Amino acid sequence: MAKVKGAIVIDYEKCKGCVICVAACPTSVIEMAKEVNSKGYNYAYPANIEECTGCNNCAIVCPDGVITVYRAKVEA
Amino acid sequence: MLAKDIIKPENLVYQKTKLMTDNVLSYCPGCGHGTAHRITMEVLEEMGIGDETIGVAPVGCSVLAYEFMNIDMQQAAHGRAPAVATGIKRCYPEKFVFTYQGDGDLAAIGTAETIHACNRGENITIIFVNNGIYGMTGGQMAPTTLPGMRSSTSPYGRDVNLMGNPLKMTELVAQLPGTSFVSRQAVHTPKHVRKAKKAIRQAFELQKQKKGTTFVEIVSNCNSGWKMTPVQANQWMEENMFPFYPLGDIKVPE
Ligand SMILES: Cc1ncc(C[n+]2csc(CCOP(=O)(O)OP(=O)(O)O)c2C)c(N)n1
Ligand code: SF4
Ligand code: SF4
Ligand code: SF4
Repeated sequence: MAKVKGAIVIDYEKCKGCVICVAACPTSVIEMAKEVNSKGYNYAYPANIEECTGCNNCAIVCPDGVITVYRAKVEA
Repeated sequence: MLAKDIIKPENLVYQKTKLMTDNVLSYCPGCGHGTAHRITMEVLEEMGIGDETIGVAPVGCSVLAYEFMNIDMQQAAHGRAPAVATGIKRCYPEKFVFTYQGDGDLAAIGTAETIHACNRGENITIIFVNNGIYGMTGGQMAPTTLPGMRSSTSPYGRDVNLMGNPLKMTELVAQLPGTSFVSRQAVHTPKHVRKAKKAIRQAFELQKQKKGTTFVEIVSNCNSGWKMTPVQANQWMEENMFPFYPLGDIKVPE
């Protein structure tokens, strides 16, 4: 059966660490990094990328528009 | 399948619209202004009218909206955006014209301009971002500040006996014959973002049909002014702002 898998790319340098995307993700893909970017923000990163369905939720709530989403059909 | 195999141009499903510039937004982390900007620009992109639209930026945190919205823009004096938009629309009736304003801008210093533009039924769209406070200048009380809500000029909470009652501009303009579509939305969760975008789309579609003034309020957060984290602020907004400023369409065309 074909399954849909997703992946996201976050622009770490432009992320402001607001954590809004974390709550928006239904499959708990995103976590906050312990490291900071050059502006001093703990940036968001896709810690559990295998769980991503490419639903766009994180990207459409990111106030800074720094998330890009990809989605592909995978033959199981 | 590994993420690196999915991250390919042919699998792209969402990226920031080209109608937003690559400038880093000047807003605080988690501020709803960024989302409100982006969905407005997405609507213009989806309608294919980016080149035919002129926006008017306010005074307030979003004074620099023209740095972020990659379309023709004019910045107006505090509160005067609907008057400036009126002038632009009357000179260029075939262009799409909108204002983007905060609550200090639209509901305090610009009350007269807002009400009269709506009452004249100017064929413009007004995007009204209501965070219940003057964000830019340090979180002072606005006409929209809730009863009991703390601000830097109402540190013990807004006392309505002393400071007057909050003003529901959106309900007010809905009563005017010049408005055709008046709606109140939010942008803090995916569900709300999708609904808000639909409302903004409808506003511009009605402008295309020359239906008079269309008005979309976005109830938003001001984490810095409210002195909360973005996530706390969004929760506080749901618990306190939404009961007073209920979401949904207030006026739709017959
Ligand atoms: C004529 C004039 N009066 C006062 C000010 C100071 N001022 C700048 S922004 C602002 C309030 C903005 O608040 P709001 O419209 O709610 O926008 P926010 O910053 O919250 O997005 C004020 C009073 C000004 N710039 N010009
Ligand atoms: S696209 Fe959906 S599933 Fe993937 S990280 Fe974003 S919110 Fe989570
Ligand atoms: S919503 Fe955007 S800016 Fe905020 S933490 Fe997530 S990626 Fe960063
Ligand atoms: S002060 Fe408030 S309204 Fe202004 S950018 Fe910061 S959070 Fe947004």
